[in-house]
Amino acid sequence: MDESISKKPTSGVVGEASYIELYKQHHESIKMHSTEVMNNIRDDAFAQFEHLGFPTVALENYKYTDLKTALTIDYGLNINRIPIPVNPYEVFTCDVPGIHSYLYFVVNDAFYPVNDARNNVLPEGVIIGSLNKVAEQHPELVKQYFGNLSSTKNDGLVAFNGAFAQDGFFMYIPKNVILDKPVQLVNIMRSDVDFMANSHNLIILEEGAKAQLLVCDHTVDDVHFLSNRVTEVFVGENAIYEHYKLENMHVKTTNLATLLINQKASSNVLANVITLHNGLTRNTIEIDLNGENCETLLCGMVIGDKNQQVDNFTSIIHNKPNCNSRELFKYVLDDMSKGAFTGKLYVAKDAQKTAAFQTNKNILLSKTAKMRTKPQLEIYADDVKCSHGATIGQLDEKAKFYMQSRGISEKEARLLLMYAFTSDVIDNIRIEALQDRIKMLVEKRLRGELSKCEGCVICQ
Amino acid sequence: MAEDLLHEVTQADYKYGFTTDIETDIIPIGLSEEVVRLISFKKNEPEWMLDYRLKAYRHWLTMKMPEWAQLKIPEIDYQSISYYAAPRTNGPKSLDEVDPELLKTFNKLGIPLEEQMALSGIAVDAVMDSVSVKTTFKESLAEKGIIFCSFSEAVEHHPDLIKKYMASVVPITDNFYAALNSAVFSDGSFVYIPKGVRCPMELSTYFRINAMNTGQFERTLIVADEDSYVSYLEGCTAPMRDENQLHAAIVEIIVHKNAEVKYSTVQNWYPGDKDGKGGIYNFVTKRGICKGENSKLSWTQVETGSAVTWKYPSCILQGDNSSAEFYSVAVTNHHQQADTGTKMIHIGKNTSSHILSKGISAGVSQNSYRGLVRVGANAENARNFSQCDSLLLGDKCGAHTFPYMEVNNETAIIEHEATTSKINEDQIFYCNQRGISTEDAVGLIVNGYAKEVLNKLPMEFAVEAQKLLQITLEGSVG
Repeated sequence: MDESISKKPTSGVVGEASYIELYKQHHESIKMHSTEVMNNIRDDAFAQFEHLGFPTVALENYKYTDLKTALTIDYGLNINRIPIPVNPYEVFTCDVPGIHSYLYFVVNDAFYPVNDARNNVLPEGVIIGSLNKVAEQHPELVKQYFGNLSSTKNDGLVAFNGAFAQDGFFMYIPKNVILDKPVQLVNIMRSDVDFMANSHNLIILEEGAKAQLLVCDHTVDDVHFLSNRVTEVFVGENAIYEHYKLENMHVKTTNLATLLINQKASSNVLANVITLHNGLTRNTIEIDLNGENCETLLCGMVIGDKNQQVDNFTSIIHNKPNCNSRELFKYVLDDMSKGAFTGKLYVAKDAQKTAAFQTNKNILLSKTAKMRTKPQLEIYADDVKCSHGATIGQLDEKAKFYMQSRGISEKEARLLLMYAFTSDVIDNIRIEALQDRIKMLVEKRLRGELSKCEGCVICQ
Repeated sequence: MAEDLLHEVTQADYKYGFTTDIETDIIPIGLSEEVVRLISFKKNEPEWMLDYRLKAYRHWLTMKMPEWAQLKIPEIDYQSISYYAAPRTNGPKSLDEVDPELLKTFNKLGIPLEEQMALSGIAVDAVMDSVSVKTTFKESLAEKGIIFCSFSEAVEHHPDLIKKYMASVVPITDNFYAALNSAVFSDGSFVYIPKGVRCPMELSTYFRINAMNTGQFERTLIVADEDSYVSYLEGCTAPMRDENQLHAAIVEIIVHKNAEVKYSTVQNWYPGDKDGKGGIYNFVTKRGICKGENSKLSWTQVETGSAVTWKYPSCILQGDNSSAEFYSVAVTNHHQQADTGTKMIHIGKNTSSHILSKGISAGVSQNSYRGLVRVGANAENARNFSQCDSLLLGDKCGAHTFPYMEVNNETAIIEHEATTSKINEDQIFYCNQRGISTEDAVGLIVNGYAKEVLNKLPMEFAVEAQKLLQITLEGSVG
């Protein structure tokens, strides 16, 4: 770790300039430790970042996420890929009982090599591994997809990722292959100094394939972390893809995640983004429906307290007719926490017969909690049914009173109400074992007993 | 079927398009400090007014046109516009002195300046281009202590009130168009309702952009003192024009303790022809403040005209227990673009606001609702309900909603809902079955759709508004 390269702040502030300087000085070594496919777009991405810089609140899309403080910290970057002294397979035991999964780790920004292949015997043709390695073994496959969704995004964070990411998680499910178990990807942040991780994940499902991916974000050490991850997902015709993200990180973490999903005709996508504990989180989610008869369900939930900040910035783009999408986000905010939600629903000119519904409901539990919500409909077709609803309020006093008058303590009544409030997001988890576990985690979280997955050794 | 209807819609002509031949006193095009001084000089303004204008102008120079709206606006050359136009006939003492051509124009617009006025109970401060020509009922209002006059008269006769209230709601630094207006505003209306007075009639102003290439920059200031009530109407029609005309107005409303102000607008400026040529650019800053306890402010607007509308009538709910309402129908057709909505800023305790917005888009138009509901940290028990519905007539138009909700207090209850759809085929079929033609059915449905808002308008206006809806959507509405 000591040899990892750290930027020295110029004139006391670590801004774009120091990263631009860092790239100019070290782009040779960044490229040397990465792969051709990723290097191909690197200079362009860097040029774009040089132009855009880090997003500020002056930008409409980042109005509610202020990265200024997080970016003043002098993070180290592991450009020379020095191995991190941790074996997640030894220390990590996941707390979801009964979940049988293909388990993989990304430590900071590097895919951790699978040490016991017996647990992870994959069906034929399925490739799961380090993006870096796979790109060397199957350059054509990776080349075909890599950067297709991310390189056109006019976003400073995505451009930064393109310039600095050297590795990531890769998953390829060939035609008509159905994965019998969910794939679990655990992102672990481990470092002795303040650290920044950039990784790029690539997920490809061919025609008729089916996969479930559970992404867990964890932190190990008590230092400041910043993770900036970009995930590209390509879902082929008739394919079914489920993406679960469970965030359980400590308060010194800045978690910036961009999830880009491209759906082809008749595909079915479920994305469920759950933030239980975090520092500052910004999830940018964009789902493009590029074929007819697509089904999309995007949901998410945030439980925030202390100084936590969560911004879910979502877009569902209906480019083709006859697609259905549903979006559901719920926030429970306590203490000084800040929540933000943007739900953009875009229906292109010829996307007739679109049915798109969006709901965002929020509960504020304290005087100092803040919520910002911004649902948007942008509709250019006429034969559509679209709606959105957003509410911000408190727990129902009458319901609470009803329960209290029947001998349930005020505390329990509050818990029950909050739990019920979030349950329809949890009901949208299609892995039973995970659903049960998240129910328990949410309950504990609402009781304030939990800030990490219980029994998850790595998080202690 | 629908295409035929749409075709007919696109053929619909602007019914109120005509120009009047009156000599106007126009200053050369362009904007500079000299022009600002010239406007002020021509209007015989006191020193402090000129200072205010110059301050605004200097600030305007540092600003850029806002680009965040969902609008495509071709570049506007602010140097190719004449910033002042006044009819030559200065200060008529009676009706006989009013230019007959002008009277004819008003009659065409259906504004009887004569006896009918008394019967309909409306006092009209008619603004032809920029200078107020004729003010009626001033005397009868004056008996009650109500001041209803042109802005320039108010500057002359009531400088204290103007100094106290002007720019107290919309400061010169507020936005690009507000700064521009503050620098070059020509005239407008001023209303002051004294303590405890209930204004006996609806106050009404008709604005009309008349001379070629003159942007109109009016300014309205309404002050309702404690325990008073006023209902104010503003209606607009403009003649046919090929070049785009710029209109950047400011409306400021101050509502004191226990007072109530109702502000209604019907806006029907020239929207451009069916190819999107010409039309008015309407960039308006309207804002009111509920300053005292229990004050109430209500905005109602029917927007059918203008090529581009950029308008967000807003309320600052500062007094405890104050309430605000916003009712809007915005119709766009042909190549019209509208980005309109409201802001409700809750500051006082127990404040409530209600937003009801109905958008109707046809042709190749774009219609957006953009609104903000903000609840400040000390705004205990704030309550808001917003509903924004969009109706799409045709497959080439767009309807968009951009609501923002920012809540900093946990006792707030904020609700928002929006829907977008086209006219239900079943409803049309139901009407057809009962012998109602498709055209009439569409008319019925659209009128029913906008009814909730139209009902909020004062009687006289409701009729006109309904007519306007029909003219704007002619063909598809019947």
